[in-house]
Amino acid sequence: MNREDFEIFNTGVIYFDNGATTMKPKQVVDSVVDYYTKYTANAHRGDYENSLKVDTEYEKVREKVQKLIHSEKKEEIVFTAGATDSLNRIVFGFMKNYLSEGDEVLLTKAEHASNILPWMRLAEEIGIVIRYIPLPEKNEVSIENVLKSITDKTKVISIAHVTNVLGDVRPVHEIGEICQEKGILFVVDGAQSVPHRVVDVLKDHIDFLAFSAHKMLGPTGVGVLYGRYDLLEKLEPTTLGGGMNASFLADGEYELKSIPSRFEAGTPNIAGVIGLGSAIDYLLEIGMEIIQKYEAELRKYLLNRLSEIPNVIIYNQDIESSNIAFNLKDVFAQDTAIYLNHYHICVRAGNHCAKILKDELHVANTCRISLYFYNTKEEIDQLIEVLKKSEDIFKVIL
Amino acid sequence: MDANIRREIILDNYQNPKNRGLVENDSDYVVVNSNNESCIDNLDIQYKIQDGVLVDIHFDGEACAISTSATSIMIRSLIGKTVEEAKKILENYEAMIDEREYDADLLQELNVYDEIYLQPNRKKCALLPFESLKKVFKQLNL
Ligand SMILES: Cc1ncc(COP(=O)(O)O)c(C=O)c1O
Repeated sequence: MNREDFEIFNTGVIYFDNGATTMKPKQVVDSVVDYYTKYTANAHRGDYENSLKVDTEYEKVREKVQKLIHSEKKEEIVFTAGATDSLNRIVFGFMKNYLSEGDEVLLTKAEHASNILPWMRLAEEIGIVIRYIPLPEKNEVSIENVLKSITDKTKVISIAHVTNVLGDVRPVHEIGEICQEKGILFVVDGAQSVPHRVVDVLKDHIDFLAFSAHKMLGPTGVGVLYGRYDLLEKLEPTTLGGGMNASFLADGEYELKSIPSRFEAGTPNIAGVIGLGSAIDYLLEIGMEIIQKYEAELRKYLLNRLSEIPNVIIYNQDIESSNIAFNLKDVFAQDTAIYLNHYHICVRAGNHCAKILKDELHVANTCRISLYFYNTKEEIDQLIEVLKKSEDIFKVIL
Repeated sequence: MDANIRREIILDNYQNPKNRGLVENDSDYVVVNSNNESCIDNLDIQYKIQDGVLVDIHFDGEACAISTSATSIMIRSLIGKTVEEAKKILENYEAMIDEREYDADLLQELNVYDEIYLQPNRKKCALLPFESLKKVFKQLNL
């Protein structure tokens, strides 16, 4: 749907790598161009008209994000450089003070590097213990295994709402309730969920949420850190500079600005934030439920059509997801991706930044198709046609 | 080189590579891991170098058709060569991949990658085994 808004599709590209980043509709691009051509100014600074407009537009986006993720206050929305930045700030700006040696953090082996490596470093620095929730059945997180993994020492559960490899959807609502009941902080990596479905931080008791604009039609280099207000009060700014202090004196005393300004030191990514605002308008105009439903339908169609091809192996058949992880029998994932590229079909080969998932999947590399609402059945038909004649793959790629 | 012959040689070396599988429990061998930072190839290549000669080379791991076949052909080309000869081959091979002047006679079967520059995203794959060769020379101060 809505393909006419995406100029890039005139190039004939078939884009199935939406887990990596998404295409940008005209509305988003225009909003960025408008800032650069009609009212460029810094934020939070001047007293002139354009600067005021920048401030207004920038702050409006906070309200849009608030509406998108259903947070209680707009001050709970912090603009960052992306999901990776947000997760690092949660770990080093908050958890480093909050946790002590021996405290346990529950992750899974299917997490993105940005939700594992910061924790690993924190473990090195202060001696927290990382434990992994087992992923036995279809590599999904079950409530039973969450409960089994929790001990007296568990202080945090940090997982993706939707994973980037298999695209499976975690039962965040139930996990959030468990966390609330047991006094565990619930950190959710929303990089792959916020673009595709309704996320409700209040209803699901999410304490921290991280996501990136570029995976939801927005610009690169900008993202969001949501934190419950009382937790943000304890979050330490990891970057200091202009725009985040209320005053400072030569003797070294300084006072921080209020939340969330204290977390946005320096000139922010104004164009990026404005683009994100336009992306949210665009998504909410369609409706997140509709996007989710359409993608589910599209995936079902894709699965059906893939079943026509005997040498396709699928690793995430029976789960709720908008991704398909597959291989062609006896073909290295990257060779398949290169083959598809010859037909202008973009899929991603690899371990998708989840390098320890291979322990669970027993296969190191897969091709990933990640769908978005602008993908169509016609594109899928073209993919199928190309895969069907893949016995000549080496003729094509060598 | 004729495109069909080229493809046949690459494919044959991909599907039946030379010396796949590492030699176990033999301290004469040095293992070097090569993983391509920009993609997902991951190969262990194992060298036995004695008295300045590459006596034996094995490899194992998961990689694409180009990396795997290039490893196989490199192994075929280097076994029995002196370190000096291997360095010459390495130099000329890199020159070929980079579209600089090189001695085609020296490279023999490795010439199958003489058009890889047409697919810039695959250059790294073709170079992967030779990166490990450089590593092993460095490691052994050769
Ligand atoms: C699940 C998940 N978390 C985090 C990230 C990191 O996002 P970014 O690279 O935009 O910071 C990604 C991106 O691939 C992701 O898929």
